[in-house]
Amino acid sequence: MKTIRLKHARIELALHELRAGDGRALLLLHGLGERSPREVPAYAAAWSGPVFAVDFTGHGESSLTSGGGYSAEVLMGDADCALRHLGRATLLGRGLGAYIALLIAGARPTLVRGAILCDGLGLAGGGAEAATPSLVYPNPHAVASPDPFALVELARDVRPPDYATAFWRQANELSGLERPIAVCCAERPDWLEAVLKESELRVTTVEDAVAEYARVA
Amino acid sequence: MNDSSLDSDERAAASYPGARLPDRRRTVKSFGVDLCVSEWGDERAPVIFCSHGGFDFTGTFDVFAPLLAAGGYRVVVWDQRGHGDSGHAPLYSWDADVRDLLTALDSTTREPAILLGHSKGGSISTYAIQAAPHRVRAFVNIDGMPSHRPPPDVADHERTKLLATELSGWLDHRRAAGDKVRRADTLGGLAENRARQNPRLSKAWLRYLVTRGARKDADGWRWKIDPVLRPGGFGPWRATWSMARLASLPVPLLGLLATESDPMGWETRASEVKPYLPRRAEVVEMKGVGHFIHIEQPERTAKLVLDFLRNLA
Repeated sequence: MKTIRLKHARIELALHELRAGDGRALLLLHGLGERSPREVPAYAAAWSGPVFAVDFTGHGESSLTSGGGYSAEVLMGDADCALRHLGRATLLGRGLGAYIALLIAGARPTLVRGAILCDGLGLAGGGAEAATPSLVYPNPHAVASPDPFALVELARDVRPPDYATAFWRQANELSGLERPIAVCCAERPDWLEAVLKESELRVTTVEDAVAEYARVA
Repeated sequence: MNDSSLDSDERAAASYPGARLPDRRRTVKSFGVDLCVSEWGDERAPVIFCSHGGFDFTGTFDVFAPLLAAGGYRVVVWDQRGHGDSGHAPLYSWDADVRDLLTALDSTTREPAILLGHSKGGSISTYAIQAAPHRVRAFVNIDGMPSHRPPPDVADHERTKLLATELSGWLDHRRAAGDKVRRADTLGGLAENRARQNPRLSKAWLRYLVTRGARKDADGWRWKIDPVLRPGGFGPWRATWSMARLASLPVPLLGLLATESDPMGWETRASEVKPYLPRRAEVVEMKGVGHFIHIEQPERTAKLVLDFLRNLA
């Protein structure tokens, strides 16, 4: 496995090449508190092109921060830096990575050639509305990576349904794809329920979604 | 700043009638980031703990803070991460700012303090009070109260294009931000640049602020603020959440609102916030004043704050 170091503002990101190849890449986005797999997972084995995976900020081999500051938008920037390196790619996100895949599919609709949203850790985030203000101080003696601030802040990250659907709408209107998002989740937090309702998408399997996007130009 | 590096014109800019450098300065470590904390007044006096606005710095309090200190207070102002003389950080967020605020406050006093915040500083102070009400006994919010003005009346398709422009601009900035440095200029050039945000400030006051918020490098003057930070932006936060929670503030509140329109202004009106005010609250709309209330009219603002605090006693 080859690892490429990318710069995102002051953060160094680790982009792992799980399988070399020609053609459009499949980019894997991991769940909250996870790191990239070391080899191509079975559910993505049917992808014929190269397969990459990026460690989000504060996770795996990517930089940790000073005193937190994590948000889904920062992680969307992580995914965007991977796209700067890869060019057009199909995304497959688990949990937190699924939400990030939706955001970047809306933000870079011509670069993302399909985003596959799968169950995993951190799919719901902090819910649809801000909770009572509170401050959480992670255990200073915790294991360094994943950054304990990342675990706390990204688990509390607010995800209003109308915010998520704004990104869906962008992907739908600007990507030129018939189906820019594929949903393969059993868990249905409010933001995902809203996207499903507005898009009228059917829930599919990861394998079928991978096969479908492999055929997209 | 090393005075020997300044020419005579720049040395003259570094003084302004009524402006006084802090009596004391210290550095507080907040989860790996160095925060610069400045103080005016008697160390044994009651604390007014001040938070500046976004893209601002402690030096903007150099006239206002001594006026409050003269009223019998220990006035403490901290530079937020990435701002003024505090350290730059890998990431910036609301939660990180609020944690920093409480770290700087804890380093100042363990007694409940009076909080004062301008603009973003008012907002993070509001959040800090709600998260740690036992640390606060009164609050002065200077043009940092939320507004729930409706978004522009545009069609959904147009809204998509607007969002797309914001998002790609923000992502493009993030891609390049690691190597960015702020543009160098003359002291006068930076003063003109600040004048666009503060159209009612005198030239001498603007030039003084440059000597505090910028540094002189070999190629010219540049603002100290982290170039990774960028005004504007987007995100899931809804101002209406903050608005509704104003009502829960458990301490006496003085809210000061600007009435003149400014590029950085929030344009919140008293009529908007009044339905959400807690019981012990007073809101003053300041006629003829823009968003930077305490910078534009420090004497008038200090009088309002001191009167409010006197009435509490």
